[in-house]
Amino acid sequence: MRVEQISVFLENKAGRLAEVSAILAEADVNIRALALADTSDFGVLRLIVNDNQKAIQALKSRGFTVSKTHVVAVEVEDRPGGLNRILDILNQAGINVEYMYAFVQHSGENAVMIFRIDPIDEAIKLLQENNLPVIEGSKVYTM
Amino acid sequence: MILDIGFETMPREDLEAIILRRLKATIDRVYANVPFYRKKFDENHITPNDIQSLEDLKRIPFTKKEDLRDNYPFGMFAVPMDNVVRIHASSGTTGKPTVVGYTARDINTWAELMARSLAAGGATRGDMIHNAYGYGLFTGGLGIHYGAEKLGASVIPVSGGNTKRQVVIMTDFGPTILTATPSYALHLSEVAEEVGVSFENLKFKFGIFGAEPWSEKMREEIERKLNLTAVDIYGLSEVMGPGVAIECHEAKKGLHIFEDHFIPEIIDPQTGEVLPYGETGELVFTTITKEAFPVIRYRTRDITSLNPEPCICGRTHIRMNRVSGRTDDMLIIRGVNVFPSQIESVLMEMDEVEPYYQLVVDRKDNLDTLTVLVEVGERLFSDEVRHLQDRERKIAKNIKDYLGVSAKVKLVEPKVIARSQGKAVRVIDNREI
Ligand SMILES: [Zn+2]
Repeated sequence: MRVEQISVFLENKAGRLAEVSAILAEADVNIRALALADTSDFGVLRLIVNDNQKAIQALKSRGFTVSKTHVVAVEVEDRPGGLNRILDILNQAGINVEYMYAFVQHSGENAVMIFRIDPIDEAIKLLQENNLPVIEGSKVYTM
Repeated sequence: MILDIGFETMPREDLEAIILRRLKATIDRVYANVPFYRKKFDENHITPNDIQSLEDLKRIPFTKKEDLRDNYPFGMFAVPMDNVVRIHASSGTTGKPTVVGYTARDINTWAELMARSLAAGGATRGDMIHNAYGYGLFTGGLGIHYGAEKLGASVIPVSGGNTKRQVVIMTDFGPTILTATPSYALHLSEVAEEVGVSFENLKFKFGIFGAEPWSEKMREEIERKLNLTAVDIYGLSEVMGPGVAIECHEAKKGLHIFEDHFIPEIIDPQTGEVLPYGETGELVFTTITKEAFPVIRYRTRDITSLNPEPCICGRTHIRMNRVSGRTDDMLIIRGVNVFPSQIESVLMEMDEVEPYYQLVVDRKDNLDTLTVLVEVGERLFSDEVRHLQDRERKIAKNIKDYLGVSAKVKLVEPKVIARSQGKAVRVIDNREI
């Protein structure tokens, strides 16, 4: 049930983000979700794309440092408290959320959130036991 | 093996008595025979009689590379040309080369010290030495060659270049000792691999590498790829050539300086002050047995430190640590001497950091600031910003602990650091002084 995310190291200067999206477009890769975390000097761009191999190859060949991480995609009910419930469950089990961000695409009525959680398999099990809709990777890449 | 037990393991007290006697004789000779030294002594109101202890050496002014250049070609020779049997020269990157001469006795001394060096590095008279140092004006090839013959080993004077032929010779003759620059040793292993020769099937036991700076990491790589034990050798033509100092293969931890022939000092390259053992600075040599080309307090521009601790091999001669850089590259940041090679050592010790870095020095409001740009490779990278910031802080802390200078560490994308001809530009100094 894991989803693969790719992360790219970026210096904090104008145009770098646009360059990444141009490289991916050129390689015929579609970006499904994207989030940038940055400091005054550098940023880490996190991406969910439709073709990880192609994306990694294209970025590496242009000199970017890229890594692959596993994350979890969960459908979040589009009503007050929807996200809170997930965080509460994880928090009570002592599982730490490193970061999260929203998916561009909705799944029907609901929003999709990406969670970077450790330990990931324990978290997936816990979410499923609580009947929270964890979305499979193959489905996420083509959403 | 210790070739000259008498001198190499001599108790310090006896050794120091010999050093002082030889120093005094050298001072007498240069004062009498080399106008440059006589003038220097006179200007500083020093006579040879003032040198009564090893401490007194500090009173004599330094000799610099420029002094040798000013006396080009033979002005520093202390014997008539009739007594000179060999001339070598080192190519200067700028201007005229430095010319050095040897009497027959000098050649013999050099061969003896080189034989001692080869023995310390694992060679015996039963060995066959593949000598891939260049033969010619450069002291490397002939220096090793005479030492190998003195030791009684069989030497193959293969010199540098024509690497494929060298691989054939290595395969067919079965030499047991390799002498080369460390970078050429690695090149040999690459070419051998290309032509399908494995060092595991060759007979090499020891390799003696020098004439250029190298690192512990490079030693590991050479030992793994060439399947031999690698030791470091040091020398420079102004002082003699290879064989001034050698690492013993037993400890592989610093190079024994042949103190019965050379007096080492470490100085602060800025102030000229002599530094205590263990502190890093510029290496200075005084030769005490050379006839044709003696040097007094010659500044080598090499950066290292001295280690007086006894060694497991039994030699009593002091050790110098691996040369870590050149004074030419030195930066002074808020009064602290900083060598790019020291920053490199700090980074190399951290497993996740690639040795791609650049130092940027700025001056803001009369205050010098040092920024260390470090390229983020795959091992350093993390998808978590917090981890990357931790790593920045850890690098800065290690630099502060090791060098005593505060630096701002900035992570940059790979290949941002300009590489000129494969070699990175290490320092950008934006200060206008
Ligand atoms: Zn030793």
